[in-house]
Amino acid sequence: MAYKNYILVCGGTGCESAKADEIYKNLLHEAEAQGVKGDVQVVKTGCFGFCEKGPIVKVLPSESFYVEVKPEDAKEIIAEQVVKGREVKRLLYKKDQKTADTVKVEDIEFYQKQFRIVLRNCGVINPESIDEYVARDGYAALEKVLFEMKPEDVIAELKTAGLRGRGGAGFPTWRKWEFSRTPVADQKYVVCNADEGDPGAYMDRSTIEGDPHSVIEAMTICGKTIGATKGYVYIRAEYPLAIDRLKIALQQARDYGLLGKNILGSGFDFDLEIRLGAGAFVCGEETALLQSVEGKRGMPVPRPPFPAVKGLWGKPTVINNVETWANIPVIINKGGAWFAKIGTETSKGTKVFALTGKINNSGLVEVPMGTTLREIIFDIGGGIKGGKKFKGAQTGGPSGGIITSDFLDTPIDYESLTSLGSMMGSGGLIVMDEDDCVVNISKFYMEFCVDESCGKCSPCRVGTNQMHAILEKITDGKGTREDLAKLHKIGAAMKKAALCGLGQTAPNPTLSTIKYFEKEYLEHIDERKCVAGKCKKLVVFEVIPEKCIGCGLCARRCPVNCIAGEKKQPHVIDKMKCIKCGECYNACKFGAIVKK
Amino acid sequence: MAKMTLEQLRKLREDKKQDLTRREVEGKEIQIIVGMGTCGIAAGAKQTFDEIVKAVDEYGLGADVIIRQTGCMGLCYVEPTVEVVMPGMPTVIYGKMTQETAKELVRKHLVEKSLLENHIFDRPAADIVKK
Repeated sequence: MAYKNYILVCGGTGCESAKADEIYKNLLHEAEAQGVKGDVQVVKTGCFGFCEKGPIVKVLPSESFYVEVKPEDAKEIIAEQVVKGREVKRLLYKKDQKTADTVKVEDIEFYQKQFRIVLRNCGVINPESIDEYVARDGYAALEKVLFEMKPEDVIAELKTAGLRGRGGAGFPTWRKWEFSRTPVADQKYVVCNADEGDPGAYMDRSTIEGDPHSVIEAMTICGKTIGATKGYVYIRAEYPLAIDRLKIALQQARDYGLLGKNILGSGFDFDLEIRLGAGAFVCGEETALLQSVEGKRGMPVPRPPFPAVKGLWGKPTVINNVETWANIPVIINKGGAWFAKIGTETSKGTKVFALTGKINNSGLVEVPMGTTLREIIFDIGGGIKGGKKFKGAQTGGPSGGIITSDFLDTPIDYESLTSLGSMMGSGGLIVMDEDDCVVNISKFYMEFCVDESCGKCSPCRVGTNQMHAILEKITDGKGTREDLAKLHKIGAAMKKAALCGLGQTAPNPTLSTIKYFEKEYLEHIDERKCVAGKCKKLVVFEVIPEKCIGCGLCARRCPVNCIAGEKKQPHVIDKMKCIKCGECYNACKFGAIVKK
Repeated sequence: MAKMTLEQLRKLREDKKQDLTRREVEGKEIQIIVGMGTCGIAAGAKQTFDEIVKAVDEYGLGADVIIRQTGCMGLCYVEPTVEVVMPGMPTVIYGKMTQETAKELVRKHLVEKSLLENHIFDRPAADIVKK
């Protein structure tokens, strides 16, 4: 059926939580009420990526890109755009609020440097419609693999493509598959790791929410290639929307005969099951994840043997991350050579990053490997919030490290990030500005690792705890220079001796910040000073009597009533009672309160 | 839906592809723009629009054509007005494009690549301004 207008409403978790669902329903309701139901198709899609400006509504064919839409705007969108055929100017994306110049979609800087393979269908199709996925060449790769290609051909194609695991470590995908394909076994398994747990990361979540069939198709392809008939998607229970859409997609695929017995009459059987994770970070580690799928406590086991040889229930198991899976159908359709043209010498294809922190355009971005951090942060991300100074970017979450402004122009790939003491990780990218204290941030990540350490091996269990205690000592102003040496020593031991990736990489944030921001650590230790003012025990708030006019605003704002003074006379802060919340500092209009 | 065979899946893909390409804008080079100001609508532009949508579909041009609506083009005396932008053809504004002539327009201009006589009224204002 042909429509005059198509309205795409973002249905990612970010926009949903900003009432995108209500916008969608209102649009449907208004279209009916204003008698144009037959003229317009309203579609709820996956994430557009531009989460900072959500909820996003895009209207085709006029390509109107509406940002920060509210449910009550639905009436106007229908009345103006569908009935009268003109754009709702006030909702269009504007680069600069003051000039109010609207920008065409293709000119929005946020999208300019992006290249979408993994997110190809996000924001384009309705993730709950298998038909729309099929229309975008969905399941065409599966057809090829079932009827035209031999398993060896599939692996050769992946080898040509040079695809490497997107979960963090970057192991060549074709080798994993080949390891599982070669052994003879009565049963083999295919597993999807959707246990995304890095703070600030939501690439895998958005991929499943926006395009669940891409993962299903890829896993079926792998099943056929290695000779597995059963697969599991391990996804955390905190992702309800992703789980719902995945369930719908699985059912649709079964109804169409794209999962189950005798797929498309090829004689090949394959089916998938969902396993919900309870939210333990360590279950993102593949061996722990497989334990959890088996119903055991999620703890890592020593490798080798690697899962590809001895995985689920001791059988050969290919386990890949969501983003890796989402690349597979495209590689089969367009060929490994096409894919290998994108990216750098050692890292092919694209990488999805979840851009968060002190950045203007936080959101989901997909860029070719080899893009520099500067391009991601300043061109796509629109720079630092409030015009502040860039301090560093954390990649790889609690396993990664910080990248400073000196390395902004390094092309990003697996090798370059590792050589900087960080890692690709799953793709969380947290931007920090001058107001962030690196010691405090290291402490935060270490605290995360203390909580998430499974406790099986002592280097991790004890090491994270000890490092955290030392970092706490430093942020409390009680650190010594010896403590820095201790951090190095414990960190080095953990890297060598811990059982799994979580423990081996847990010291990374601390060690990399010590390397690049030693001065700041020394300020905390020698001068008992936190320049950023984030370490509460090191900060003192004081009133400058000459500047204080005695308006009393700070005293009224103070939650613990520790500011006193006569009206129109300089006030005084009781430093014993002060909890250093900074309310008075932010409230004072005369700059009469200082943070030392 | 019952379980599919390979042929059924391929057919489904072809069918649905048409639906989806109608929605997409990228890669489409031909534009048909219908003037939908009050004057246009009063003269039947809505019916014209519907007819064009139908005709484009019938000729199987859904994947190449964007059909947009716009405001009044200023030629209120010959409403409904339709502008056609197409590579290899001059950009033309057609007037008096009623429901009956709409299909003819699609056939002549888009399929046969010749102009629809007696309905040519102007070239877009931008050209005039440039001169």
